[in-house]
This record gives sequence, C-alpha cells and structure tokens, in this order.
Amino acid sequence: MRTLRQSSPVAVTGKYLALGFYVLFALFPLYWLAKIAITPDKLIFTEGTALVPSRFTFENFRTVLLQTDFLAYFRNSLVVSIGTAAITTCIAAAAGYAFSRFDFRGKRLVIAVMLITQMFPLLMIIAPIYKIVAALGLLNSLTSLIIVYTAFNIPFATFLMQSFFDGIPKDLEEAGMIDGCTRFEALRKIILPLTLPGLGATLGFIFTAAWSELLFALMLINSNETMTFPVGLLTFVSKFSVDWGQMMAAGVLALIPSCLFFIFIQRYLVQGLTSGAVKG
Amino acid sequence: MARIELHNIAKAYGSVEVMRDINLTIEDGEFIVLVGPSGCGKSTLLRMIAGLEPITDGDFRIDGARMNEIPPRDRDMAMVFQSYALYPHMDVSRNMGFSLEIRKAQKEERGRKVAEAAQTLGLASLTERLPRALSGGQRQRVAMGRAIVRDPSAFLFDEPLSNLDAALRVEMRLEIARLHQRLNATMIYVTHDQVEALTLADRIVVLNAGDIQQVGTPLDLYERPSNKFVAQFIGSPTMNILGVVQSEGGVKLKDGTVLNVGSETGQRQAHELGVRPEHLDVVAEEAAHMRGVAELVEHLGSDTNIHAKIPGVGPVLVRQHGHFPMKTGDAVNIAVDLEKAHLFGPDGVRLAA
Repeated sequence: MRTLRQSSPVAVTGKYLALGFYVLFALFPLYWLAKIAITPDKLIFTEGTALVPSRFTFENFRTVLLQTDFLAYFRNSLVVSIGTAAITTCIAAAAGYAFSRFDFRGKRLVIAVMLITQMFPLLMIIAPIYKIVAALGLLNSLTSLIIVYTAFNIPFATFLMQSFFDGIPKDLEEAGMIDGCTRFEALRKIILPLTLPGLGATLGFIFTAAWSELLFALMLINSNETMTFPVGLLTFVSKFSVDWGQMMAAGVLALIPSCLFFIFIQRYLVQGLTSGAVKG
Repeated sequence: MARIELHNIAKAYGSVEVMRDINLTIEDGEFIVLVGPSGCGKSTLLRMIAGLEPITDGDFRIDGARMNEIPPRDRDMAMVFQSYALYPHMDVSRNMGFSLEIRKAQKEERGRKVAEAAQTLGLASLTERLPRALSGGQRQRVAMGRAIVRDPSAFLFDEPLSNLDAALRVEMRLEIARLHQRLNATMIYVTHDQVEALTLADRIVVLNAGDIQQVGTPLDLYERPSNKFVAQFIGSPTMNILGVVQSEGGVKLKDGTVLNVGSETGQRQAHELGVRPEHLDVVAEEAAHMRGVAELVEHLGSDTNIHAKIPGVGPVLVRQHGHFPMKTGDAVNIAVDLEKAHLFGPDGVRLAA
C-alpha cells in the first residue's frame, strides 16, 4: 500500500498536467461561447481567432432578451424540463425502490424490457412517436414533450435510483420497522432522507437531458409559442446569415439554470449521507 | 416480559426448505443463545421471531397469543443488529429515542429515558454526535441503547459483537450480561462464537443445517452432548474423535488398545470415541493408553496444547493445565479419563455411556 500511495514528484506533476489539460479541453468550448457572446458583431470575423476580444459589449444579451422571443422559449424549456424531471424522478424513485427491495413475479422481465428500450437509436422511433402524438392531438404542446421525455428517461432514471437504494442497507428499514414504523413510515423517515443525494442527482440529470433535447422538440413543436429553447436557438439561423453573437448570448443565458441547479445539489452529491450507518 | 413458544416452525424459500419442525419454548426472563456454524439458520430463526422474515409453517406464540402474522412493530421486541443499523442522519439521542418518537411519546419522557440509557452506557457526552463520528464500540452501545430505551418485552441480538475487536468484545459481553441481570428481560442472542454462548446463556440452542441439535444449559452441552456435532462444536479446543470398534470389555482403538468405556451402550455399536483435550493426561509410559510423538507444542501460559501423533490411531490433541515442559519431537504418553469419554454410534448420536 505504502509504495502505491507515495508517488514521485514527476508522477504528481504528470497527474496535474493531465488534469489541467482535461479541464482546459472540457471548458474551452464554454469559454468560446462566452467570448463570442460579448464580442461586438463587427469584430467576430475580423479578429476571429483572438483569445480575448479587443472590445466588450452586452448588446447581444440586450437584443436577445428584449427583441426576440427568447424569454418565451426559456420559460417553455423551464416548464418542460422541470415537469419532466419531477415526474420522471417520482416514478423512477418508486420503481427503483421496488426493484431494490422487493422480489416479485416478472421483475426480471420488466428490467429486461427497460434495458431493451435503451438499445434503439431514437431516430428509429421518431415516426411512430409523431403519429401517436398527432393522434392524441398533442402536437405543438409542451405536454407532449413532457410525456415523451418522461417515457425516454424513466428506464435510466430507474436504474440510477435503484443503485442509490441498493446503497442503503436493508438493516436500516428493518431497524425502523422493529422500532415501530410501518414500511411506509420507515421509507419516509429513514430511507427518504438518505436518498436525497440520489434524488438530487436524478433530478439534475433528467433536467439537463430535457433542457438540451432538440430532436423531438424540433419535430413535435412548430408554433413559436410553444418552442423550447434549443429549437428557439435555430431561429438565429436565417437563410442568409447566422447571428452568432446573439445565438451565443442566448446559449450563455441557457446555461444559467443548469449551473444554478448543480451548485444547489452538489453538496448532496459529494457527501455520502449513509456513512456511519453500519459497521466500519 | 414474555414467554416465547415455537411450535413446528418451518421456513422455506420457494420450494427450498431450510428449516423444519423447530420446537422451542423460551421462558420469561430467560437468556437463550442460538449458536451454530454459518448458514445453520440461526439468524433466519431470529428474524422470524422478530417478524422480519415470514414464517412458512408452524405456530409462533408470545405469552400464548399467536404472532405469526403480526408485523414487527407490534411484537414489542427490540433488536440489535450485527451492523448496528444506526440511522445515519439522526444524532445519538434521536437514534435512541426514535422508537418513542414513532410511538408519539411525550417529549419529556423521551428525553428522560434517552438520558438514562445514555448514562448507563457511558454515552452521555456523545448524545449530539452523528453515528459517523462514533467509533465501532460507541456505535454498538448506541444500538444497545436504542433497544434499552424501549423497555421491550424481549431483546433480540443478531451477532452484535462480531464487528468489534477482541478486547472490546469481552467488555461488551460483560455489559450484555449485566444488562440481562438488571432488566431480567427475555433475551435471544445469535452468535457463532461458542465462548459468547457459554458465558451468556441460561440455555443454548445448537443449530446445524436448519435443525435443532440440542437445547440445554452450557454445562449440559459440555458434559452430555447429544451427538458428535454438538460435542465438536462446544468446547475449545475441539474434542478429539477417534475411530473405535466395540469389543470385549469396552471399545478397541484402531491400534488394538482396549479402553474400558461403554459398558452400558446397550445394543448399539460404538463407532467413535470422543474425548476432550482437557480429559487427556500426559502420564508415565506404563500408565498410558496411547503412546506417540509430540508434533507441535503450543505454550499458552495458562495451558499447554500438545498436538501428538499416535501411530495407528491418528492425531490427538492433549491440553495440560499451566506450563508443561515438553517440546516438539518429544515422546508423549497419554492416558484417557475414561469417566469423561463419550461414545458415538455410526449416525453420530451419543450412546448413553
């Protein structure tokens, strides 16, 4: 063990270099997004590859917020993403708990079917989904997006929640039931508080997935009133030109909810709440 | 206070039967230890008593009332888990008082009982800590405290000491013994450690492969094991088992030596001789029943264990009290305490000798 832990300065330097390179690689597109958003239109092409623009402007943000439908797209996206995340997480938590704690007939079959649904490229089912949504009269509605996203995300979210429940020792519920709880009380008072990090992670994951989904939003939504933000971004692309500055400004604004969300839940994600429950 | 009765209890998982015909009556205030090797069903039995595991068949009664279908929360039993199962998001005092919280007890009463239990267990200064900030021994105490606070009619312990180091285990064992003396409550304790079983129990239940092998006081099991399994399971070091045949005037060892035991075995043929290491003695050559060589000598201070090899008979372990001057390779002459030897039939059942 000792030799494994003690590492030479060269290895440490190498490790930090690798980490630094990775961070740079991952964050560079975001930096570029922000950079173009604050670069005046005239300079975008003239000093295209300069790392720092020679002049700043917030004109793009002003235009996006005041002169486009961006705020409406933003609101639509919020409705769809929060709705999807909330519904999916509730269903996934219930299903994950059942998979984790109970043995019932057909459990393996249900799990197998859920896995199979994850194997197909979404492109394959665009046509049938469109027909179903059209037949239900839900085209151009946010409801249709919430339903479709929820359906797509439930399997993954369920497996995620199941693994969180699996991480909570069964002994805890049993201790609760011996202490006088019904199974539901034990779930509510003991398991639920310990699952908060899991619920947070699932919510965040589904929220982000729904927030950035383009394919189905593009196909099921045509009217400007119900467009979500990713579809709305495409309105900055016209037949003759692309309004890069405004598009990037809109993109920066769109990052805000995800960032806020993850700042809010990261402390739950980092700390292991169950530590100290059982021996160790 | 509870008298617990098990009548023909059976347990099956699907079509796999793991226990059958378990019959046991536990008197009010009795300390019962369920002991056996891994997988013998002792924990399953305890969980059936607790209500955490459904009982497949039979009758389970507390104070005469059938309890098979009663959920755990209504059985008025407290359980200490092997893993302690402390609620990680609650501090020590809330952990201990949780059962009272659920039962909507008055806040003052709850506080008083928790403080009392914390005092008894030496946890008074730790009541505001979360379980993760406690050592293993402290967690164990909190788990016990949680049980005590409830003042239940019976305590169930599922290998509560197996995660502690040796010194702490001895200390907690004493603590549990004291707890039983003080509360005088019915206690059922599961362990695979025979020392815990022998020191704590009023009566021991030895289980193997889902069957009760024997029920009796610690001394009963030691002196009159009902079969070879119990004989070998109880007592440390393990009883020596030597192959014998019935012969004129007793039983004959494989090397031809006749030992004068088993005059009252009746019609049944003795198959094996069982004798505990402490009932063998190193003697002068002419008084010996067996002669061999010491293969390994362990000096433990209080005892000396001599692993001897007897030609024609096999390995034999002799335990001498105190320090015994012998070393590996020495010749060793062994006498058997014939009064304390046991004979077993071909099926392993002890013959009345």
